[in-house]
Amino acid sequence: MTTMTTRPAALENLATKLPDETLRKWLRDMLLIRELEVRTMQAYQNKLIGGFCHIYIGQEAVAVGTIAAVKPTDPIITAYRDHGHALARGMDPKHCMAEMFGRIDGCAKGKGGSMHMFDKAHHMYGGHGIVGAQCPIALGLAFSVKYHDEVIEEKTSNGVTLCYLGDGALNQGSFHEAMNLAGVFNLPVIYICENNGYAMGTSIARGTTMAHQLTAKADAYGMASASIDGMDVVNVYNQMKPIVDDCRKNSCPAFVEIRTYRYKGHSMSDPRKYRTKEEEQQYEEQDPIEKHAAFLIKEKGFSEADHDAMVKDVRKQVRAAIKWAEASPIPDISELYTDVYADKWGPYTGTSESSMLGDPEK
Amino acid sequence: MTATRQIEFREALREAMTEEMHRDKRVFLMGEEVAEYNGAYKVSRGMLEEFGPKRVIDTPISETGFAGLGIGAAMTGLRPIIEFMSWSFSLVAADQILNNAPKMLYMSGGQFGCPIVFRGNCGAGGQLGSTHSWCVESLFSNVPGLKMVMPFDAYDAKGMLKTAIRDENPVFFLESERLLSVKGEVPEQEYLVAFQEALIRRAGDDCTIVSFGRALYFCLEAAQELAKEGIECEVIDGRTIRPLDIESIVKSVRKTNYCVVVDQSWPFASLGAEIAAQVHQYCFDDLDNHVMRVHSDDVPAPYAYNLEQEMLPNARKICQAVRSATYNA
Ligand SMILES: Cc1ncc(C[n+]2csc(CCOP(=O)(O)OP(=O)(O)O)c2C)c(N)n1
Repeated sequence: MTTMTTRPAALENLATKLPDETLRKWLRDMLLIRELEVRTMQAYQNKLIGGFCHIYIGQEAVAVGTIAAVKPTDPIITAYRDHGHALARGMDPKHCMAEMFGRIDGCAKGKGGSMHMFDKAHHMYGGHGIVGAQCPIALGLAFSVKYHDEVIEEKTSNGVTLCYLGDGALNQGSFHEAMNLAGVFNLPVIYICENNGYAMGTSIARGTTMAHQLTAKADAYGMASASIDGMDVVNVYNQMKPIVDDCRKNSCPAFVEIRTYRYKGHSMSDPRKYRTKEEEQQYEEQDPIEKHAAFLIKEKGFSEADHDAMVKDVRKQVRAAIKWAEASPIPDISELYTDVYADKWGPYTGTSESSMLGDPEK
Repeated sequence: MTATRQIEFREALREAMTEEMHRDKRVFLMGEEVAEYNGAYKVSRGMLEEFGPKRVIDTPISETGFAGLGIGAAMTGLRPIIEFMSWSFSLVAADQILNNAPKMLYMSGGQFGCPIVFRGNCGAGGQLGSTHSWCVESLFSNVPGLKMVMPFDAYDAKGMLKTAIRDENPVFFLESERLLSVKGEVPEQEYLVAFQEALIRRAGDDCTIVSFGRALYFCLEAAQELAKEGIECEVIDGRTIRPLDIESIVKSVRKTNYCVVVDQSWPFASLGAEIAAQVHQYCFDDLDNHVMRVHSDDVPAPYAYNLEQEMLPNARKICQAVRSATYNA
């Protein structure tokens, strides 16, 4: 059984020890996510993107701050609001866009779409469309790292897995079963509940008990927990880092609630009638990107000119990504029969690598 | 002549629920976003105002939880309508809906029935990818103890949902998101549509096409195309999958001597395979060719538009199957 550890109230400001380059990269990553999402909404309106599409604007500091707290090889997994995690993990926006456009050069060759972003090279295991479905899978990711290290390689394991879920997913059985098993098996997996206040049109208080104190969910499973303000990337990093280190060192799970807000609707078709304009405005005023830019300017010798140049550069990158994605062909019909089975059998033609992995030059 | 009017498929569903809730206080509606949000697909728009939060009830995203709740309520005398935003999401509640609801009566030696309606979108929407494009009819119709309905138009949607709500058994009511906005002729007066009564949607002598729900639109399109080539198809809407009106199908095949089954789920161990097997059994001496089947391709639903279109049954595939079945290929 894991023992409960409580987090010290006053945390060290770990982020300030990082190189300025890293802190600037966080700003760039957040800008990149936001710009991609803005252009995603346009592309959706222009019918270049189909299906369900969930926008991450407002929540950028969560993906960027938490991913900064782990190693690039630590597995991550998330739900369908996944573009931000993919980019924060290092996916090139062109593959992300091409996926949403249903093109062969998408990360999943156009077979996954917006909700199902997978990136093997960056240890991102999806993009999952069924609420809560990723929670048990995350157990397996953590288990597998541990097993590989301890049983196969016979060395100490120190991996950690991040599993993101929305506040709505707290109500799924899969989440609770996963929490219990994580505790019973001492698996180093951190369940990160991105509490943006709503599951579609259902505010958290309407759908979830103990909404005012979600760490109670962890208490029930004897698990360490924390509740973190997610509108500040430095804060997210500072609070996450010791938890990650602890889980890594002691091979134990944790649960964190990160309080955030999605500025846009649940998906592209949501008129947001269940909340007020004032509420939205209140959150937009604490914008994580503006906050971090202000921090860099005030404390880290970042100038307005640097900022403008960065914004321009990000726009250019996203514009180029869209152009590239539009130029990518739609998948050949033969792709319908690849990747169903690993081997060639009957009408199935085995499997093939996505261009994202196969040709880094492309 | 009874007066009719044109209403949307979704309005027909709403009228059925509303009328039944007025008729019978035991009936209530529960599901994700059904009340304050007016339904993810606006099927239940206005019902919260009409019936209040005790009878039109929002749930958290807990399919196992609220499906199970409905089953308990049904066992104890209520008439729940449980909405799944999509049947794709019913999979997390599989144990409740497959293991509990259809077997309750049997397991309890006839003591506890389970008069419940599970309803929601079934079938590929538009580019929703593998997890959200389930056609559950083949998978679930395998289970004894449940009834399964797949309405084609607004008229059937209303009449069959009313029948489903009054049924003493668990009814799986499969709607197509793609059809919700389609308008159809619906009588002003109250009516019910009985189960196990297939309907001829288009008469013809050359080949029988059997299908259900949305796929019938593709069948009718194909039949029109084939008529230009001189092949007159008889398109049969099975309407209910369990119980299946095999008699009407057999009657038609005995007339046409050829049969094509169109089923939007996967081919292996499917509804289409079941109907083909039954037609072979009953019409062995009448058939001039074996029954041909059109399904979704045997692959997970892809996201890309072109791949998805290719995967689903469509008029082109149906035309090919009919030509092939009738030796016109
Ligand atoms: C099992 C299941 N039920 C319902 C849905 C439909 N659905 C998709 S997202 C969503 C809301 C989830 O909210 P939350 O977990 O808070 O995540 P957020 O969208 O806020 O990121 C719902 C009801 C689904 N995808 N899967």
